[in-house]
Amino acid sequence: MFFLENAWIIPAIPAASFLLILFFGKRMPRKGSEIGIAAVGLAFAFSVLAGVAWIDRVENPPPAAHDTEQVDEHVDEDHAEETEHAAADVVQVAASEEGGEGHHAVEPVTNSWTWWQSGGTEFQVGTFVDGLSVMMLFVVGLISLLVHVYSTDYVRDDPRYTHFFAFLSLFTASMMTLVISENTFQIITAWEMVGVCSWVLIGHWWEEKPNADAALKAFLTNRVGDVGLVIGMIILFFAAGSFNVVEINTLASEGALSHTALLAASLCLMAAVMSKSGQFFLHTWLPDAMAGPTPVSALLHSATMVVAGIFMVARMYGVFWEGLSIGTSSINALALIGGVTTLVGASLAFVQRDIKKVLAYSTISQLGYMVMALGVGAWTAALFHLFTHAFFKACLFLGAGSVSHACHHSFDMVADMGGLRKYMPHTFKTFMIASVALAGIPPLAGFWSKDEVLAGAQQLGDGGYPLMFVMGLLTAGLTGAYVTRMVYLTFFGEHRGHGTPHESPKTITTPLWILAGFAAVAGLFNLPDAIVPDGIAYRFEHFVEPTAAYFPSISHPSFSWGLAIVSTLIAVGGVAVSYGYWFQGRWHGITERNGVARAGYRLLENKYYLDTLYETVIVGAIKGPIARASYWANQNLFDRVVDGVGNGTVDGGRRVHKYFDRAVIDGVINMSGRSAEGAGAALRLIQNGRIRQYASLMFGGAAILAGVLIVIV
Amino acid sequence: MLLTNFLMLSSILFCIGVYGVLARRNAVMVLMSIELILNAVNINLVAFGTIHGSISGHVFALFIIAVAAAEVGVGLAMVLLIYRNRSSIDLDDVDLLKG
Repeated sequence: MFFLENAWIIPAIPAASFLLILFFGKRMPRKGSEIGIAAVGLAFAFSVLAGVAWIDRVENPPPAAHDTEQVDEHVDEDHAEETEHAAADVVQVAASEEGGEGHHAVEPVTNSWTWWQSGGTEFQVGTFVDGLSVMMLFVVGLISLLVHVYSTDYVRDDPRYTHFFAFLSLFTASMMTLVISENTFQIITAWEMVGVCSWVLIGHWWEEKPNADAALKAFLTNRVGDVGLVIGMIILFFAAGSFNVVEINTLASEGALSHTALLAASLCLMAAVMSKSGQFFLHTWLPDAMAGPTPVSALLHSATMVVAGIFMVARMYGVFWEGLSIGTSSINALALIGGVTTLVGASLAFVQRDIKKVLAYSTISQLGYMVMALGVGAWTAALFHLFTHAFFKACLFLGAGSVSHACHHSFDMVADMGGLRKYMPHTFKTFMIASVALAGIPPLAGFWSKDEVLAGAQQLGDGGYPLMFVMGLLTAGLTGAYVTRMVYLTFFGEHRGHGTPHESPKTITTPLWILAGFAAVAGLFNLPDAIVPDGIAYRFEHFVEPTAAYFPSISHPSFSWGLAIVSTLIAVGGVAVSYGYWFQGRWHGITERNGVARAGYRLLENKYYLDTLYETVIVGAIKGPIARASYWANQNLFDRVVDGVGNGTVDGGRRVHKYFDRAVIDGVINMSGRSAEGAGAALRLIQNGRIRQYASLMFGGAAILAGVLIVIV
Repeated sequence: MLLTNFLMLSSILFCIGVYGVLARRNAVMVLMSIELILNAVNINLVAFGTIHGSISGHVFALFIIAVAAAEVGVGLAMVLLIYRNRSSIDLDDVDLLKG
């Protein structure tokens, strides 16, 4: 219980580490990296303890069993997830009692302090810990820790090595603050803080212009969504009269708030999700963000920061559930955006030459899955996919970093890679495990979570979400195909770069193996009850999904063998087609022979022309065509009418012109122009750059004002 | 009356400060004169606070001291940079923005 009630300690540790590294990092023997690793390791250990305490709380909800000691307090961090099973077995009786009608409502642990008061409104800051927060703390802590270790080697000899670790720490602190936010105001603050860290870290090598540009693009695109976030939260504040997450969600779930307000709020918040979580059509910043160092891409732009949007929807789910009528519709904005994103992302991943860009588009696609799952009402599936995706995608990114380490810091798969299987066995094996997990081949992690998302799209809502279901299935096939292409170009065939690649050192391969391990087994935490006995089925759902009043009463999709087999077949089909094309060299030259294929390729290669749309069309239109169009309309439509009237008045006008215009108006205008010129010339004399004269004028003015004040008052 | 004495002292300090700001060309001397002005204000605040038996004046004075320290820190840093770039801290030389 200690760690649940005092969860503020967890983000406070990396925050302190940020300051320590900034002030003392340069003087430390390892330039500050040891402070960062120690702090994040400690924060991670505390997160694990908080997770254990939460599991205990779910199994023995207070006040039923406050005398029970925490059975697994002694557990070490690497086996924390396994102990979920152990704990589950021990208290299986309790769990099966809950299995019936409704779960026990397990209240979250909250704690808050007044930050400041303004106009009678109290602004709170506090912690709000439930299964969702604990799960996020675990993911953020683990991946951040591994990325810290990995970075000690990856950015070695960087001139801003210390600075890099300081901001990794600050990012960890911000993200952990976000996931235990107690009110919407705190969510906004932490949300902006992760945005700033993202900007700093993408632009870590700002000496090169493209990197600085990419950082700016990420920051500015996110601003667009942040406006939505602020407006949405303000709407919620005025609707519910509170910033408190529990209060807003409880009121929304009870139907106490007007549907219009909730709809408006959820649409505004969706803009924030679209920018932060890279949803179609605000996703264009995410591939560019790959300009940052690879550990940053792994930590921020795949596993943690970009899921902030998903987290926010999951946290405010009562609002979205009611606002978008998720439970009773068969299509809604959130599901549609997610579905489109998942398809767009997966198709764009095909044509990239840069391995990190393939992964970036893949991330967009998988984030689309999560948003889609939230949109169809499969809350647990979305969060479970977030959980598994974090591991295998971080593993893939770190693997890509390891590969580029060996290939002279190039990320170009076509020009500099190929055949690396022989040279880098550890990287190859871990990359393969994570790739298979991403492709959704059972029994690795990606399959279980993706299958739940698809089952949700098929079964939930008012007779299922058929459109999203089809989109999800298509993406499953596409995913298998682009993953195969990426693996082929990187690890198979002949080495196309120069020199002999070498395997990366232990500091890089160890995090890879740990992540690959999670990528392999993370799916087992939420096995359906059709496969395993009740006691260990749906553990993730049991511990993470809130059961208290602030969470809407959602329904759960059930596992279907048919769907699982179909989705596996589609994924395998995607892999097989891609295997035929790349490994066996079939159908080559199809883009040269077939016009449709060529057009499709070009469309993808230009990223659906979205960047062009933003940069040329929208900006250009405002400059050119729209101005010209309105000119044309002006000339040809309005003028016809005006001309008739105009011709009649021209004669009269001429006379007025002669006697009134020239003489009076022009005179006034010329005079005002001349006087402005004269005044400018006179005032220019004062602006002589002599500071002491400015100061004496200022004091003189102040003295005169003081005199006036005394006379008046 | 005690208050008058304090007010006299503070206005004398204030006038010295204003004279220093206006008459000195050396940037460091100007900064020091600004300090005099701020301390004149502090004396006023503390004096009135004591007469009215209120703590606000003292609190304000403390805040002003803190802000003044920050201001001098920034100011001296700027003077140092100007000196590095132009080898002079004569304020009359710093006139890049003149119209």
